[in-house]
Amino acid sequence: MIDNCGHKVNMLCLLQGRLLSLLDDNTIHLWELAAGSPREVGGVKKEGVISLQEVDNYSLPGRPGIESCSATRVTVLLLLKSCELLCIGTEGGGVYFLELPHLLPKESQMLLQDQVTQSLPDNYRCGKSLGPVESLQEHPQQTGKILIGYSRGLVVLWDLSTRHADQLFLGKQQLESLIWERSGNLFVSSHNDGGYSVWAVTSGNACNHQPVSSTIPYGPFPCKAINKILWRTTQTGSPVMLYSGGMPRASYGDRHCLTIQQDKEHVTLDFTSRVIDFFTVHSIEQEKEFDDPSALVVLLEEELVVIDLQTPGWPSLPTPYLAPLHSSAITCSCHISSVPSKLWERLINAGKAQQGRQQMHRNWPICGGKNLAPPPKQQELLLTGHEDGTVHFWDASGVALTPVYKLSTANVFHTDCDPSDDPQDPSDDPDMQQQEEEWPPFRKVGCFDPYSDDPRLGIQKISLCKYSNKLVVAGTAGQVIVLGLSDEPSDHLVDVSVVDLLQDREGFTWKGHDKLEPRLKPAPFPPGFQPLVLVQCLPPASVTAVALHAEWNLISFGTSHGFGLFDYHRRNAVLARCTLHPNDSLAMEGPLSRVKSLKKSLRQSFRRIRKSRVSGKKRTISTPTSKVQEANAALAEQEEVAPVQRRIEPRSADDSLSGVVRCLCFADTFLRDGTHHGPTLWAGTNSGSVYTYALEVPGVGSGRVCERGGTNESNLCVEAVLGKEIQLMHRAPVVSICVLDGRGKPLPDPYEASQDLAITPDMTSAHSVLIASEEQLKVFSLPKVSAKTKFKLTAHEGCRVRKVALVVFSSTAQEDYNEHTLVCLTNLGDMHLFNIPGLRPQVRYDCIRKEDISGIASCVFTKNGQGFYLISPSEYERFSLSAKVLTEPLCSIQLDRPLEPSPASDGTMTQPQANGTHKNQMGQAEGQTEEVPSTLSSPILDTPLDSPLSCADLTLGSTGELTVEDVRDFLTTVDEAENNLKNIKEEEGRSPGILIN
Amino acid sequence: MNKNHRVQSSRSLSAVEVKSKFGAEFRRFSLDRSKPGRFDEFYGLLQHVHRIPNVELLVGYADVHGDLLPINNDDNYHKAISTASPLLRLFLQRKEEADYTAFGTDSLTRKKNTVLSAVLLRPDTNRKKPPVIISLPRDFRPVSSIIDVDILPETHRRVRLYKHGQEKPLGFYIRDGSSVRVTAQGLEKLPGIFISRMVPGGLAESTGLLAVNDEVLEVNGIEVAGKSLDQVTDMMIANSHNLIITVKPANQRNNVVRSGGGGAASGSSGRSSDSGASYYGYSSQAAAASMPTHIIQNFPVDELESDDEDLVIEAGGEAEPIRRAPSNYSMPSLPRYEPHLNLRTATTSVSRRSLEEDGTVITL
Repeated sequence: MIDNCGHKVNMLCLLQGRLLSLLDDNTIHLWELAAGSPREVGGVKKEGVISLQEVDNYSLPGRPGIESCSATRVTVLLLLKSCELLCIGTEGGGVYFLELPHLLPKESQMLLQDQVTQSLPDNYRCGKSLGPVESLQEHPQQTGKILIGYSRGLVVLWDLSTRHADQLFLGKQQLESLIWERSGNLFVSSHNDGGYSVWAVTSGNACNHQPVSSTIPYGPFPCKAINKILWRTTQTGSPVMLYSGGMPRASYGDRHCLTIQQDKEHVTLDFTSRVIDFFTVHSIEQEKEFDDPSALVVLLEEELVVIDLQTPGWPSLPTPYLAPLHSSAITCSCHISSVPSKLWERLINAGKAQQGRQQMHRNWPICGGKNLAPPPKQQELLLTGHEDGTVHFWDASGVALTPVYKLSTANVFHTDCDPSDDPQDPSDDPDMQQQEEEWPPFRKVGCFDPYSDDPRLGIQKISLCKYSNKLVVAGTAGQVIVLGLSDEPSDHLVDVSVVDLLQDREGFTWKGHDKLEPRLKPAPFPPGFQPLVLVQCLPPASVTAVALHAEWNLISFGTSHGFGLFDYHRRNAVLARCTLHPNDSLAMEGPLSRVKSLKKSLRQSFRRIRKSRVSGKKRTISTPTSKVQEANAALAEQEEVAPVQRRIEPRSADDSLSGVVRCLCFADTFLRDGTHHGPTLWAGTNSGSVYTYALEVPGVGSGRVCERGGTNESNLCVEAVLGKEIQLMHRAPVVSICVLDGRGKPLPDPYEASQDLAITPDMTSAHSVLIASEEQLKVFSLPKVSAKTKFKLTAHEGCRVRKVALVVFSSTAQEDYNEHTLVCLTNLGDMHLFNIPGLRPQVRYDCIRKEDISGIASCVFTKNGQGFYLISPSEYERFSLSAKVLTEPLCSIQLDRPLEPSPASDGTMTQPQANGTHKNQMGQAEGQTEEVPSTLSSPILDTPLDSPLSCADLTLGSTGELTVEDVRDFLTTVDEAENNLKNIKEEEGRSPGILIN
Repeated sequence: MNKNHRVQSSRSLSAVEVKSKFGAEFRRFSLDRSKPGRFDEFYGLLQHVHRIPNVELLVGYADVHGDLLPINNDDNYHKAISTASPLLRLFLQRKEEADYTAFGTDSLTRKKNTVLSAVLLRPDTNRKKPPVIISLPRDFRPVSSIIDVDILPETHRRVRLYKHGQEKPLGFYIRDGSSVRVTAQGLEKLPGIFISRMVPGGLAESTGLLAVNDEVLEVNGIEVAGKSLDQVTDMMIANSHNLIITVKPANQRNNVVRSGGGGAASGSSGRSSDSGASYYGYSSQAAAASMPTHIIQNFPVDELESDDEDLVIEAGGEAEPIRRAPSNYSMPSLPRYEPHLNLRTATTSVSRRSLEEDGTVITL
């Protein structure tokens, strides 16, 4: 987790609804849950939102006489069970104490290394320092006693009340971590040589020289350090030992492993990303004799994995939330609102069937408080397309994205790593049995897999018809797959059709990747979406646009070379149209933006190098001097580098990639004349050209669909006849095309009108078409295509249109009143709202940082005024432009103490500090910006009821370092707290009136 | 004059019909095209037919383009005879009264009363049309102009670049920079956008109205203060067909000195000029010329928008059933491929005219 001033959060501790965080800049911050004041929204009184607010912060002072403050760099934190004292271990070997809940330093308790060294035997002392404090652990039975482990290997049992070392354990091996056994008679230390030692704590023995036992589990060859070890006793017998790292350096030094060991059972969990921290969920009641761990929670760099420790074999538990969105990189997303219940049920069932083998034996061991959010009024789906050719279906009805179903398209093709070659079930496979005997006994855990076997499988565009359950996915190698939903597994051959988009263009050679080879034999398809037809575009360039009209059984798809129309009912290609400009040779060279990507990748790799240099240094500290140096360097850089120039030249006709098809759209409208409407296809390109085709769809007469299956109809084919070609003079890429009916409302989706799910479009008065280019929004009347209204956004504002959507805003005051609005996201990350068809600007909000190019590119809108965009590769931010449609985290957490109402201002406590800088939040030069808005909810109160001014954001997924020092029932505040933490950060720096994130 | 015109003889092509004008008098005669003789003989002949034997003459003729060219030696005399078809129009002037400025190939400088050029260009001109004036700049497609001189501070300059239909690139670059302004608090350094480079041969350079280090203050009426370089770039490109930039020139010595009335100094018309119509546009703009120029030059942005017209190509034609499209679109078998209409030729005006010839174009 990175906080907004760029400091990494290194450690988090939890205490009774409070949160302690240690930042990269060596400051400790105390956060509290505070209840917001109740508010009224739309006449309904709602509980105040509980938010996390910073109460206090503290940073250790440098030691007098020592310039560098690295000596007081915090290495470990320990919160005593009483929640009254925080122990801080430092790089310099000192242990400091802070009184809670106000972070008051307890000077009398301070323990410097010299005090410990005095009591050491001379032969151990050797005049050397003991090194940084590596571990602090509270005695499980005797309060007031802590175990202090120093890097060099010394472990001290320190009595806080007498300020005296009870016992010394003279370890010789460099120490990594410590853990008590429940009884307090034993403790275990883990070391950097990959070993662990068990020490006996027997009173009266002031100086222990040897551990009871010492083991290097993955020896005898050199091993990596065991970073953390846990020792849990069980009722059934031997203790469970869990430790991370310790792998043989030469053979498996690069693995991210965690070992679970009990008696002879031994599993090495093999993760795809770094283990940051882990803990067990176990009984904490004092009277219980054993730990009896029920679950292991592992926080990895990219995901959270939970292992069931009570079920034999230690299976992993599927995560009900916080599932990694980016198990393979997200390449596109698509939102479906108000999913029909029938489709919903079938998807849920298909998803359950997929998880069949890993049935949830136990409930999720973490309780994240109580969810107070009312059940969603409608089901929403978010579909994410991934680089490995999978499409994940997420339940987006509430605050958390829950995985519903996963579709893989890889089995349509014959790839190097054919899934049929893989064993179906690892337990049945004899090969896997063999692997069991392999040492160490690895087991792949987690679903984060960033390495795509074949990047051509990547999903580029998704379109789903929720009424007919037809799905179209299109990918990087020009593959367009039409899928239908089926509840039964099926073995069938997928029909393949090849469409040459170049037609008879000559002189072009495709230098990009080959097309994917379709599988030649029938493949098994599980229940769910099963492929019906594969349409392969040639050349196999990435698909840049798709459109689906399930009522007409038509799909349309576009690449950088042209677009095609395919009748998937009759399995025949209706149209292929090349959009290439004769001079555009670059489009033939290969995948999109090949030239740019080289530059980009170079730039990115430099950035990565720079970044890794910064983050690679362990325990760096930003001193005031380095800040000055940085600023100076930045200044010098500014002056030396020649200013950036921009060439002012109109878009030329033969710009490269001018033929890229940017959008496709089907509409039943008036293209030929003002009296006969019929199916039409619209395509817009990168160079501001719009091609329109009048379609002859058998059975689709003037307006309504006739019953299919007539005898002579089956012989008829869909035909497409070129209607008009429109060249926008400014030649900017066409971002979106949408046909508006006689009332100026967008046409309903296929089936909506015929199944009475939407108001029938007005076919009596003249239609119009809204064409949004990167520079202008324009409404043309139909069928003549003469300009009616326009808004020149770029000429006025200097921003370019990136995403456009027609959204329905419902009134909060009047149940049945709503308005259609054009929402437009620009390259500056702001949202412009326009009425249609007048195109009058309504409001403008800042939404996404303009530097966040991938965030802007990933944005999808819902039909009712919300949107999603990626704030990191693994996190979606959800925003709402509508006052009516809000998705907020409403929850409660059971606490021992009452929640304090949010203070009007914070950081006002400035007691005089003798030793230690008690920082006021605003008072820091580098802009410590953890200021907190008074409440999250208050801005909503201020806004007029009907204006689309409000928001609820949630954050899903989290990466960060987590040290949970205490496992109680409020343990699960982690998720909540992090969500809230994010919320607060998003809020900062914004005027309370505008609340769009 | 029209009367004379009608009396056109149908003599053999070998003869050149000559119509000579001196003052208010006309003389008509003919010459043998194959044997025109020498210039001094011709000069003598002219003096003879006009009965002005002792008058020193300046002889001029109207060439096929309507330009008034001199005849003063054998070469241009022979050229005049050979190109006459069939009529050779001569204009004689007394040498001492001669108006040399009347001569030249550039029609811009042609005298107002040389109506014949208009007649030559458009022989079907009927009488009712007012005398056509083609010699004023407004009849030509403007390339650039300084506008709004009367309402801008003298230190600023508003330049209009007419890219529409031009072959030349706009040809300049902009950069970030900072400018020092005098404010109530004293001198203040503010970020600004500056012209950083001119492309040789580009429109911007050829106008001479913009220069490197000029600070850009406005683009088509919208202030650039507070906008990023990329935003300003996008604004300029979005307006590139008719770009109006207000600059604070780095060199303040060439500023337009404002004349009291305002109208005269304001340069040429600020109205939008349609590239297609301006070739022959003469009647409507004549009226506009008499209006106070600053009224039409304080452009509302909307007025400029007539320039960007999108092009719609109808395939088929509205009246026809769409199935029976013109032959080049009807494809018997599927998948069909429609020949790609070459929409994107180098300049829009060219493509428009070529399409007009096919009769398939509707211009919005």
